Amino acid sequence: MHLLDVKGVTKHFGGIKAIEDVSFKIKQESIVSIIGPNGAGKTTLFNCLTGLTALTRGRIAFMDADISKLPAHRILEAGIARTFQNIRLFPDMSVIENVMVAQHSTIKYGFASAVFRTPGFRKSELDAGQKAFEYLELAGIGSFAEQPANSLSYGNQRRLEIARALAAGPKLILLDEPTAGMNPSETAEVMKLIREIRGLGKTVVLIEHDMKLVMGISDRIVVLDHGVKISEGPPDEVRADPMVIEAYLGREALH
Amino acid sequence: MLLQQLINGLTVGCVYAVIALGYTMVYGILEFINFAHGEIYMLGAYFGIVFLSLFTASGFAASNFPLAFALTVLFTILFCSAYGFAIEKTAYKPLRNAPRLSPLISAIGISIFLQNYVMITQGATDKVFPQRFGDASFHFMGASVTGLQLIIILASGLMMLGLHLFIKKTRTGKAMRATAQDMTMASLVGINVDRIISTTFVIGAGLAAAAGVMVAAYYGLVNYSIGYVAGIKAFTAAVLGGIGNIPGAMLGGIVLGLMESLGSAYISAEYKDVYAFIILIVILLIKPAGLLGANVEEKV
Amino acid sequence: MKRFLHSPVAVALCAALLFLPLKDLKSAALLFVFILAGLYAAPRIRRIKIPPLPFKLPRTEGPLQILAVAVFALLPLAVKDYYMDVLIMFGIYAILALGLNVIVGFTGQLNLGFAAFYAIGAYTYALLNTRLGLGFWPSLPIAACFASLSGLVLGVPALRLKGDYLAIVTLGFGEIVRIVLNNWDAFTKGPNGIAGIAPPSMAGISLGKLQHYYYLVFLMLIAAVFVIRRVESSKTGRAWLAIKENEIAASTMGIDTTAYKLYAFAFGTFWAGIAGTLFAGKMQFVSPESFTFMESVLILSMVILGGIGNVYGAILGAFILVIMPELLRDAQLYRMLVLGICLVALMIFRPQGLIGAKDASAGR
Repeated sequence: MHLLDVKGVTKHFGGIKAIEDVSFKIKQESIVSIIGPNGAGKTTLFNCLTGLTALTRGRIAFMDADISKLPAHRILEAGIARTFQNIRLFPDMSVIENVMVAQHSTIKYGFASAVFRTPGFRKSELDAGQKAFEYLELAGIGSFAEQPANSLSYGNQRRLEIARALAAGPKLILLDEPTAGMNPSETAEVMKLIREIRGLGKTVVLIEHDMKLVMGISDRIVVLDHGVKISEGPPDEVRADPMVIEAYLGREALH
Repeated sequence: MLLQQLINGLTVGCVYAVIALGYTMVYGILEFINFAHGEIYMLGAYFGIVFLSLFTASGFAASNFPLAFALTVLFTILFCSAYGFAIEKTAYKPLRNAPRLSPLISAIGISIFLQNYVMITQGATDKVFPQRFGDASFHFMGASVTGLQLIIILASGLMMLGLHLFIKKTRTGKAMRATAQDMTMASLVGINVDRIISTTFVIGAGLAAAAGVMVAAYYGLVNYSIGYVAGIKAFTAAVLGGIGNIPGAMLGGIVLGLMESLGSAYISAEYKDVYAFIILIVILLIKPAGLLGANVEEKV
Repeated sequence: MKRFLHSPVAVALCAALLFLPLKDLKSAALLFVFILAGLYAAPRIRRIKIPPLPFKLPRTEGPLQILAVAVFALLPLAVKDYYMDVLIMFGIYAILALGLNVIVGFTGQLNLGFAAFYAIGAYTYALLNTRLGLGFWPSLPIAACFASLSGLVLGVPALRLKGDYLAIVTLGFGEIVRIVLNNWDAFTKGPNGIAGIAPPSMAGISLGKLQHYYYLVFLMLIAAVFVIRRVESSKTGRAWLAIKENEIAASTMGIDTTAYKLYAFAFGTFWAGIAGTLFAGKMQFVSPESFTFMESVLILSMVILGGIGNVYGAILGAFILVIMPELLRDAQLYRMLVLGICLVALMIFRPQGLIGAKDASAGR
């Protein structure tokens, strides 16, 4: 059984064909990378998967349920969380509050319990705080818990985005360029973190430009170019695919 | 009866359209509702009264009224344009990169300030326009058009045409369109964006000032609070036509004027001011891009 | 130089100088000291919220709050009737500002028609009382819920819009409510207003006396602060803040943004209903002219002045805008003029307001 089944997904913006008839499947507890030159439609694909952009055509099934028409918050509840390429934190909330926001749909208490601070409220808030702290520690930024999110360094903001996505308790986590703007040692740490995430039983899909990271970490790779899937397979196969070399690596080599 | 309502509606609609141009031009470039724009129109009405009173007191208006009126309009436009320029420089320019709420609040502040400034200096009671225009009117098919109505319709038409040509043909007009498209790119190709924005405010204020004088002459009475209602209506007109779209603002103004006039005549005059708000809300909810705008999907 | 311009001293000096031409040196000096003290005390009040490690529940009540309550509880013993009246109006405006702060400050949804909900609350009590003979206490929840329901009715269509557009639609709604109240003579008695509203009573004693009414209003204000602070520091408050800070991220983190924006609308307007009922009960008279657009702007100014998104900021804003003009009574005429200048100056020099919010990024 596949965790995610993308079938014929198409997205047009007016006359622009951002994604055209893309299909692929993702197995549970695997790491899949989506690569392609700039403007290939990778982020648009993520937006489609997370309900931020409505599909023009196609179907997305997650654990055999059709999620292609669900709004973003329902997709998170279904079990898909994501990070953003252009960091989207809650800049003036504290780091730990950022992570606690992600637990929104798992925290259950009503209005009255919040006003009267019932034992049930206290317990779920304290548990949520504790859990948030654990995810921050996992991402290596536990010591910044009280600071406002916008005071973090760029790399730590990316880590916070990952911690926040993890705290939502997803089965599938989508990482949009998690190492963008990082130096090699930071990149290596993020690679380690991604493996740890998989170790927690989660499936990871990432958009990445760092070929070394992609080839080293991925179980499978999906290659997009101009909105069309041009190749898919294990890293070695994709690396040898003449289509990919021409469309992507070849162009890259020219630089 | 119907024809008469259409004529009255067209007259008011032309005024809305002229004020709406100021909203739409500013929104087109800065994506910001210049809340104080209605107050410029109000100032225009007051300046009109002040200048014409001067001409009347000196006896100049009695000997050559058309010239005196023309000079009044000219001086009013000059003064109000200066206000438009100064407001942009002091209250909006420092906030160009601030969160979107900030310039709007600043504009509300300016609006409150100008209203109360005029109220304190000119008094809270209605001011009377010093000279009544003659009641000479043209009759046809049971309806009548006064000379002033004709002047308003013709002058508005000329101003709109002039603006249209200015924006389509001149260098500055082209630079304005480029800035509205993409401010960063415009500045990269050497357009002085600050200057373009100032120009936009000056032109918008000048148009509103002209509308103010005409309305003061038309109704004969002005009050420090007229800017707020007229501003909202003109804004409605701009949204109705598609905000940021100049022909849209003209169309929107005329449609709104006609609807209001017909609504007052055939539904209820007491709720005259409500129609604009209802139209505004309905348009924003059904077709936020307006009559002449295209609906574009927001990219995440 | 630039740093000096943003320092509390400069801000306080600026605000004080603006008042100087309107009164005398003494009151300007008083204002300067008051604002400066507020600015320096503010960060200390603000710090209460940040949770220490390991995670603890944020405290919503502390010694500062108890002290404030004690001061306000003792005020009637020391203050003349005239000031009692002003303090009651301060309490009502503070509740309004707190309600609007939920919508604008917490959730980042601009609302320029808040006076409409205030009006709905006031008229609900006025009509229930004068037509059906219903008393204050049964009317209070009905009026609050009715205002809240109106908030929902407006919110459902309006919240699809963003930023300036939302502001204009709420403004339009506010005007429609006022014009209808003004013209529906058979029901609302039009511009003449509704007179003869009974003041509330408690255990058979009428609360019409100023001191009594003062305590009633302050009880309500305390209730408002208590409930709003606790909702703010729950998952609901976090969801609101998240929507304000980044709506897209909030939706991908499982927050039903439309539902929570509506929630904020309904919750904020609920307090407008409470304030409206208190206003009608105090004046024993309501008319449309108490609920103009300027009233909406005034309430919004309170929220912005004190510090958008900050509960105590809203109260401080209400305090300044209600009490200050009374202290400088000769300056009544200039009140709105100065308010206009202050709004512009505030946006340019101190957009986060006097106290400053947890953040200064409303409507980003």
